[in-house]
Amino acid sequence: MRSKPVRLVMYHILAAGGALLMLYPVLWLVMSSFKPSTLIFSTAESLIPSPWIWENYVQGWQGIGGYTFSTFISNSLIIVVLSTIGVVLSSALIAFGFARLQFWGKSFWFIIMLITLMLPHDVVLVPQYILFAKLGWLNSFLPIIIPNFFGAPFFIFLMVQFIRTLPHELDEAATIDGCGKFRLFYRIILPLIAPALATSAIFSFYWRWEDLIGPVLYLNKPEMYPVSMALKMFLDNDTLSNWGAMFAMSVVTLVPVIAVFFAFQKYIVEGISTSGLK
Amino acid sequence: MKVAWKQHLTGYAFIGPFVIGFLCFTLIPVIASLYLSFTDYDLFTTPSWVGMEHYKEMFTSDSKYATSLKVTLIYVFGGVPLRLAFALMVAMLLNRASKAIGLYRTLYYLPSIIGGSVAVSIMWRNLFGDEGVVNLFLDTLGIGAVRWFAEPLAALWMLIFLSVWQFGSSMLIFLAGLKNIPSSLYEAAGVDGANGFQKFFKITIPMLTPVILFNTIMQTISAFMTFVPAYIISKGEGGPLDGTLLYSLYLFRQAFVYFDMGYASAMAWVMLIIVGIITAILFRSSRMWVHYESKGGN
Repeated sequence: MRSKPVRLVMYHILAAGGALLMLYPVLWLVMSSFKPSTLIFSTAESLIPSPWIWENYVQGWQGIGGYTFSTFISNSLIIVVLSTIGVVLSSALIAFGFARLQFWGKSFWFIIMLITLMLPHDVVLVPQYILFAKLGWLNSFLPIIIPNFFGAPFFIFLMVQFIRTLPHELDEAATIDGCGKFRLFYRIILPLIAPALATSAIFSFYWRWEDLIGPVLYLNKPEMYPVSMALKMFLDNDTLSNWGAMFAMSVVTLVPVIAVFFAFQKYIVEGISTSGLK
Repeated sequence: MKVAWKQHLTGYAFIGPFVIGFLCFTLIPVIASLYLSFTDYDLFTTPSWVGMEHYKEMFTSDSKYATSLKVTLIYVFGGVPLRLAFALMVAMLLNRASKAIGLYRTLYYLPSIIGGSVAVSIMWRNLFGDEGVVNLFLDTLGIGAVRWFAEPLAALWMLIFLSVWQFGSSMLIFLAGLKNIPSSLYEAAGVDGANGFQKFFKITIPMLTPVILFNTIMQTISAFMTFVPAYIISKGEGGPLDGTLLYSLYLFRQAFVYFDMGYASAMAWVMLIIVGIITAILFRSSRMWVHYESKGGN
């Protein structure tokens, strides 16, 4: 099947044009963040800012309620880093148990895990809130971070699939050498499933960085807000029509997400294609 | 026996975190939610038993609930098929050998990665504003500006467009599925004189049905739970005229704006049942339309 050059050019025009159309909203957001607030809508049709200004970033970074974006970003980082470490390590431990050990009730728990995977989160929203309120965890990062230390079904499933592809001879050789199950897990299996760990870590980063409902429920002091809540505060104040600052800070919160995406897209694409993660 | 016990214990030492987490953060809350759905509870006083009252209210006297359910069903059954159709279309476009495919795939997938964020919802809100880019474009086409924030149905479509825009993860799964279709099938069909349409409907679609089923189920469940875009775009209110009051948003408002935990729990259980029924129907019906390799076919 040899494509004619004309058809090939047409194909690339179509594919690239479609991609440009898809990304136009993001481009518009980024370019608008360099325009003066008063010109964002009056010159909405033009992508190129004139004049180019940086003030939106300076002003936006000042934040709202007396706290700057430095505070919001470090809050987000604390939540993201601790949650991600917790969820990746616990999920790996659990996945190893499901994939490599024989014990009573294993298939029962595996089915339970698959059901949990499909359970609408809304069903546990209210009771979890009551639970965390009773524990005195409101207004702290604990309700957002701690549940991650008990594994996440999506990641467990992804890692189980991955571990199952590793040859069983590894386990047998290690056992003959007198290696216990835990040593087998962290000395041999863990390094081998690094790609699955990376995929999980990346998705955990996205989910926690973008998470809004956790912070809306559990955090009510601006000094504890992550970036998602900081943006919501901008929006609540947008009668001030300071769109420039809001757009600029929206761009700031998207930069890490897009950077991680371009740096690690290999893991992301593989992760989705094999497990259906979003 | 001693060895066997040790084996079981080792197993539970590994999956222990899941078991504990499941009990504390899923099973007990699900049961508590069922109990609370039969009570009046505002977080501060003790729950008082009201029986089926909330369920009755939902289906007889709460017109906001009826609107919310209707809006959500339009969102799910309008958005998911569109999203999957789009995903399949782009996947087929990108299913060829070319160096540029990797780049295209990345660009088309990008919206899915950022789509759940507050930043993107803010962006969407402004794109569809009265003087936003979308209206400028519609004006140029001669269709005329739409008041996206005044018309309930227009506002809902704005949310559906946002969900369709994030077709990337379904597209990747379709792409993986397309790569698994043996090219010999197409070659054989070509020899028999089949045209493009016939190949699409007789080979591509049947071979993809398992992937379509999987995508439909996952996307339907997640569409039912959509919260952030509705919350941000309508500034937490679900307006105009409850046009964007998606189920999760109304549930959230019942629980954390009106502090009616009992009613919110009853809503959660109805949602669980609705999602359960839809999933069961999809699985059941799959016997009729999903093509499995092992069953033969051609």
